Amino acid sequence: MPVVVIFFACWLLPMAWLVALPAQKGWETYFAIFTHPRYWLSLLNTVWLSLLVTVLTLVLGSAVGIFLARHKFAGRGILLSLLTLPLSFPGVIIGFFMILLGGRQGLIADLSEALGAGRLTLAYGFLGLFLAYLYFSLPRAIATYTAAAEKMDLALEEAARSLGATRYAIVRDVWLPELAPTTLACAAIVFATSMGAFGTAFTLATKFEVLPITIYSEFTNYANFALAASLSIALGLVTWVVMYVARRYSGSATVLG
Amino acid sequence: MAQRHSPHRFPVTLALLTALVTLFMLTPMVLSITAGLVNNYSQGLVSGLTTRWLEQVWEGYGDTVLWSLAIASSCALITTIVGVPCAYALARTRSRWARLFEELLILPVAVPGLATGLALILVYGQFRSFRQSFLFILVGHVVFTLPFVVRTVSSAFANRELVAIEEAARTLGAGFSRRLLGVLIPAVMPAIIASALMVFTLSVGEFNLTWMLHTPLTRTLPVGLADSYASMRIEVGSAYTLIFFIVVLPLLWGLQVIANEVQKRYGT
Repeated sequence: MPVVVIFFACWLLPMAWLVALPAQKGWETYFAIFTHPRYWLSLLNTVWLSLLVTVLTLVLGSAVGIFLARHKFAGRGILLSLLTLPLSFPGVIIGFFMILLGGRQGLIADLSEALGAGRLTLAYGFLGLFLAYLYFSLPRAIATYTAAAEKMDLALEEAARSLGATRYAIVRDVWLPELAPTTLACAAIVFATSMGAFGTAFTLATKFEVLPITIYSEFTNYANFALAASLSIALGLVTWVVMYVARRYSGSATVLG
Repeated sequence: MAQRHSPHRFPVTLALLTALVTLFMLTPMVLSITAGLVNNYSQGLVSGLTTRWLEQVWEGYGDTVLWSLAIASSCALITTIVGVPCAYALARTRSRWARLFEELLILPVAVPGLATGLALILVYGQFRSFRQSFLFILVGHVVFTLPFVVRTVSSAFANRELVAIEEAARTLGAGFSRRLLGVLIPAVMPAIIASALMVFTLSVGEFNLTWMLHTPLTRTLPVGLADSYASMRIEVGSAYTLIFFIVVLPLLWGLQVIANEVQKRYGT
């Protein structure tokens, strides 16, 4: 089977090499991510950022998805395809979008100057990165939630409402359980994508250091291959575990990407 | 439907959130399109419209567009040729090794592209002529996209009705090639088309892996974009982004239309 050959030669062998590489510099290299404050901070930064992005993406994505699934208005189809269009954008474009929005010559800077608050730049810090990650996560969530919300049973909600359930109670007891499998699958994929996103942070040359950037600079700037490999393993493990758990619990092939 | 229960303010909240998200998603697109067409970005539309940035980009980076399209098409072709038989084999075997292999095959998607790129360079980086050709990038893309083809097509092959029909064809004396051409291929065609389209899209936009694998002479569209963002004025970066929109999006849209047609014709 050619696929086995390709897979082994082009992925498994290189990956095994990558996993074995840190051993050359001693076993402690594997744990560099825990022992070095700088790498540990970078991992925490990445996890924290990805978690926040995931939560807000799920909230906004489900709101937009439910709205679009239930209201048929003129231009709905176009709106949906415009909102999901960024799925095909490379991460670098989204980084550039943030520069256009919040960079030194950006729209926000122009607006804040007009308001007399000076030229605000937010693109290169935490906020810029956060908004960029939100930008590339939202289309996927909107597409998934719209599809899922179209299959939701309206009768359940009607019943709850006629029994006097409050708006909050309907969200908690009807929407949340009905959308739970979608939410799990979507959360896993958004989190994993955010953890591994490189192009966006690379374009923004951000001051808020995330793990993919740390790995890249260890590799190119310091030629520290063993350390880059060790950090890659850590990043890969975190992502794989999240995807694996989500796949086990949702029991579907949707958690793939 | 919700009108009867108008005291509930849900739709208002949802509509507001939708409008907010739409504004957030569309503003950057509009900004980048206009920025690529004006003479001077900081002066805005007053400075007049021009196509000179577009021309400058096409001169400097035009080849990256063609190479990206070439790599994406080859990638879709290779993954289909290699992935479809594998998908069939996986869908028809129950052995533990097949399950293990299926689990392993997901890994290139779960593991960040940066790590895969690093691994490929560490092992094959020493082979100069391979390292400096577009083939190196193509290999990375194939490994990264293969799982999508195998998963999608394999679940189509595993369809229980299809298994029954194939069984019926077999008992009626149809050999493997007859079953393949008459039953199997037509049945999974929509899945094959959908996965090939997905592979094409992923390959055109791939950056994480490609940035590690590229050389100054082997650049794809996203690599060129990153390069122009880092070293050129903002108008040039915008014009380049606009070229991405103009070339790639209609292509993806056209392919999607074809895929939908196939889905309608063969789909169940």
